[in-house]
Amino acid sequence: MTVKYTKDHEWVRVEGGTATVGITDYAQGQLGDVVYVEVPDVGRKLEQGKEAAVVESVKAASEVYAPITGQVTAANGELAGEPARVNSDAMGGGWFFKMTVANPKELEGLMDETQYQAYVEGLG
Amino acid sequence: MSEWSKAVSGFKSEDKETPTLSGSRGLQEEEPPLFEQDAPGRCGVDLPDPPAVKSRLGGMARQGAIGLPGLSEPQVIRHYMRISQKNYAIDTGIYPLGSCTMKHNPRLNEKIARLPGFADIHPLQPVSTVQGALELMDEIAHWIKTLTGMPAVALSPGAGAHGELCGMMCIRAALDHRGEHRKRVLVPESAHGTNPATAAACGYSVDPIKADAGGRVDLASLREKLGQDVAAFMLTNPSTCGLFERDVREIADMVHGAGAYFYCDGANFNAIVGRVNCAELGIDVMHLNLHKTFSTPHGGGGPGSGPVVLAKSLAPYAPLPWVVHDAQGLRLVEHKDGEAKTSLGRIKGNHGQMGMFVRALSYMMSHGSDGLRQVAEDAVLNANYLLASLKDELTPAFPGTCMHEALFDDRFLEGTGITTLDFAKAMTDEGYHPMTMYFPLIVHGALLMEPTETESKDSLDRFIAVIKGLARRAKAGEVGYFQAAPRLTPRRRLDETLAARKPVLRWRPKPGERRAAE
Amino acid sequence: MRYLPLTDTDRKAMLATIGVESIDALFKDVPKAARIGGLLDLPRHQGELEVERALGAMAAKNVAMGSVPSFLGAGVYRHHVPAAVDHLIQRGEFLTSYTPYQPEISQGTLQVLFEFQTQVALITGMELANASLYDGATACAEAVMMANRLTQRKKAILSGSLHPHYRDTVETYGRFVGFETVLAGPDPAGKETLASRIDAATSCVVVQNPGFFGELRDHTALGEACHKAGALLIVIVTEPVSLGAVKPPGAMGADIVAGEGQALGMGLVFGGPHLGLFATRDRFVRQVPGRLCGETVDVDGRRGYVLTLSAREQHIRREKATSNICTNSNLCALAFSIHLALLGEAGLTRLAAINHGKAVQLAERLAAVPDCSVVTDSFFNEFTLRLPRAAAPVVEALAQRRILGGVPVSRLHPGHAELENLLLVAANETNTNADMGAFAAALTEVLR
Repeated sequence: MTVKYTKDHEWVRVEGGTATVGITDYAQGQLGDVVYVEVPDVGRKLEQGKEAAVVESVKAASEVYAPITGQVTAANGELAGEPARVNSDAMGGGWFFKMTVANPKELEGLMDETQYQAYVEGLG
Repeated sequence: MSEWSKAVSGFKSEDKETPTLSGSRGLQEEEPPLFEQDAPGRCGVDLPDPPAVKSRLGGMARQGAIGLPGLSEPQVIRHYMRISQKNYAIDTGIYPLGSCTMKHNPRLNEKIARLPGFADIHPLQPVSTVQGALELMDEIAHWIKTLTGMPAVALSPGAGAHGELCGMMCIRAALDHRGEHRKRVLVPESAHGTNPATAAACGYSVDPIKADAGGRVDLASLREKLGQDVAAFMLTNPSTCGLFERDVREIADMVHGAGAYFYCDGANFNAIVGRVNCAELGIDVMHLNLHKTFSTPHGGGGPGSGPVVLAKSLAPYAPLPWVVHDAQGLRLVEHKDGEAKTSLGRIKGNHGQMGMFVRALSYMMSHGSDGLRQVAEDAVLNANYLLASLKDELTPAFPGTCMHEALFDDRFLEGTGITTLDFAKAMTDEGYHPMTMYFPLIVHGALLMEPTETESKDSLDRFIAVIKGLARRAKAGEVGYFQAAPRLTPRRRLDETLAARKPVLRWRPKPGERRAAE
Repeated sequence: MRYLPLTDTDRKAMLATIGVESIDALFKDVPKAARIGGLLDLPRHQGELEVERALGAMAAKNVAMGSVPSFLGAGVYRHHVPAAVDHLIQRGEFLTSYTPYQPEISQGTLQVLFEFQTQVALITGMELANASLYDGATACAEAVMMANRLTQRKKAILSGSLHPHYRDTVETYGRFVGFETVLAGPDPAGKETLASRIDAATSCVVVQNPGFFGELRDHTALGEACHKAGALLIVIVTEPVSLGAVKPPGAMGADIVAGEGQALGMGLVFGGPHLGLFATRDRFVRQVPGRLCGETVDVDGRRGYVLTLSAREQHIRREKATSNICTNSNLCALAFSIHLALLGEAGLTRLAAINHGKAVQLAERLAAVPDCSVVTDSFFNEFTLRLPRAAAPVVEALAQRRILGGVPVSRLHPGHAELENLLLVAANETNTNADMGAFAAALTEVLR
């Protein structure tokens, strides 16, 4: 069970054949208080790097991109009533959606924990 | 001991913070919403009995109460008086808001707008009974064309963003007419949000153009992005960084060379009115904001007016209605036939923001050609005075002089733990509306200040002294002071997160309350 | 120059501080070819006296509607506005304030908007309203675009009851923004059936009530047909006073209400600035265009107001915004709100009853003019009169006799021979019995 990271601050955790996707703790800190999350519908086909969800704070709205290609199998219904979960538990309970893994090779191109930390440090 | 000494000796500093019984503090009166002051049947207007007739509502009569509260006139006057006193306004003090051009709103304009001959005429009266109104529209069109050097103007857009939409629609119409279906619009990264929003609304995809190190359009970036599938380049000039795009004629040549149109966002026209011929800049279309350059009041957020000047190539597409001269006088062309066959059609009801035309023309005539040129000069002078006076204490975003607005970034706050936002909140305690913050997006923690020409040197000197003082305080590390600001305003910092997470967009009675607004 | 505070002494001192020789140095980046050397060919500055004289002369060439018997409607209505309204909107704190982006020093504007949103929701019978748009026609276009986003469809059916300016505006937007409009023909008798035209590609059906020709219809059944097909019902209201007497759109199952608030608070002003009203259901809130004001608390726990859900708007979402709109019609919303605060429940319902009564009386009188008949069965304060010949020249002749006797339908629906003889007539609380008598007499004479 490894977690991989994208340059746009999404994380993806693969268990069995399912990938769970969210935004990183760094990202939620940058956004400020999350007020709304627009999650994709179950069944929607996602392409790596294309828009999958939208996360809104008071002063900004950001796209969340699919870290890998696949199909949405579940969306986090808790976020509608409690968007603050993205701030308090970005890496866990603040997950956005789950999806299938169409092409496992895509995961190899993403960053691991160490690489992501270095990347974030480099952003200053 | 004198009475005064007695009073002073009895004073304790904690008294300032003592809560009052009413919640009001001196002249700052607490005022609940209208809906909490209802008495059923009470009315602030005296009306006679309705005529006794047989109803012809055809069974469509409204059932049940509406839920509106009933108040008398004295209560209504007091309600609005009290809440008005919680508002800052240009009548109160400076609004150094970049690209908003918050200048003085002359009262003559209000008087003239209220003449029955302007205020009490219906847009669909026979044209023979409103020749003076058409004459005014024709006259302001003449002033606008002369001031910009452009041959045509569309008066109907309802505000700046609407003018942008109108301009982009004209471009699209012209390209459709040429049989060209171009897909992209180029927009500088520093542009106001309405620019990409408008381009997207017209079905274009938006491609950002980088700024160079000096804050101006990067010509290499533009050259790279231009192509035969580009419909237009949208430029604000002077830019949102307060700088005049000196390469504008080269930009125009590049854009036209690609067969595209050159859209100019005229929000910053205040910097160049009477000094720059816009047609000579090579633009094809530009919207003006009568509520910026031409002093029509902001009214707390609108209404505005956004007339659009057009080059000959785009004039045939101008939206309806058109004011034209004929043998009988002036008339309105209201339909897409005959001479107006190529028009876009309508983008709004009726004929445009007449109330703003009257005010703006009164302003233009009051200033005249000499006064308007002086407006641009004083606006640019005031901004540069701010820049020169503050550049040592704050950090200018770009070197050199500016046009009518001065741009700083937040480097001067580095290491203090104080953000541009905190700095702005401290300004409100000092009795100042903050400057534009975090815009343009290309500058970190941007502070954009546009004083306009209606601020006296005295007013600017006082403002400069306070800004310098706050900057020093920030650098001295008084983080707590800034983060707790404001303290003295009618309300302190408000929970915008709560308002977005749990939106409450209308008043509702508490459960169990007698009077239901529903 | 009375609006320019800087003196020459000031200017000299400031140039010295800046470190430049003259003001021209600050304009050095302007290309030589674009520089204006001297003064433009426009008059020089003038004092108040001269400006008043010149613009007063223009105003004097217009016939003010209040100066003669007048019966004009067609989407713009001349009601009596209480004196307090104009006084209050001229307070500098309301007139000259900016958009309330700094809520701590804008609670005046924000409380007004919160109350305004509540009032609009109440009178339309809907769940929420926004802080206003430019006018009714653009509000109508925004409503259609919102329905398109919500249904992910691109075809709007526009009723024959819809004001032609609104129809034309929606059509223009459709052509450039990229959606289809299906136009039902003008419907003076209020008899069109639209339900059969709804299909799986329809995003919305747009009707107006009272209709453009004055007719009242219950659109509840049409709303049900829309919902069955997954489409939305949009109801347009151009005369808000009607909501004091007539079944509101919310009670008919409307999903979005758009309309014109001009009739309350601000007068005619030759068609602008007016006031776009916009109301809808809570579940659609994230797709609402324009500003929204919400209630919250400050750090001391006191109730206050802020602009909210801003992430929908252009300054944040940029090309993905729900609309490109930046301003609202704030001062007009204030005037509307004050007028409605003075009227209240009792006043609005009574005013509406007076309006309807006057219109019924006028309809009877005009129906008695030889060869004239009232086309509209059910109406509020406006109806369509059929004349024995073309209405436009009749209106001109009435104007010669100093009567503003209605709007000829052909002005807004040109090129329809069957509509040429139709005249739109409005009546309200400002029309006296003498006015109505004068109108009937003049009409009789002109038609003789």
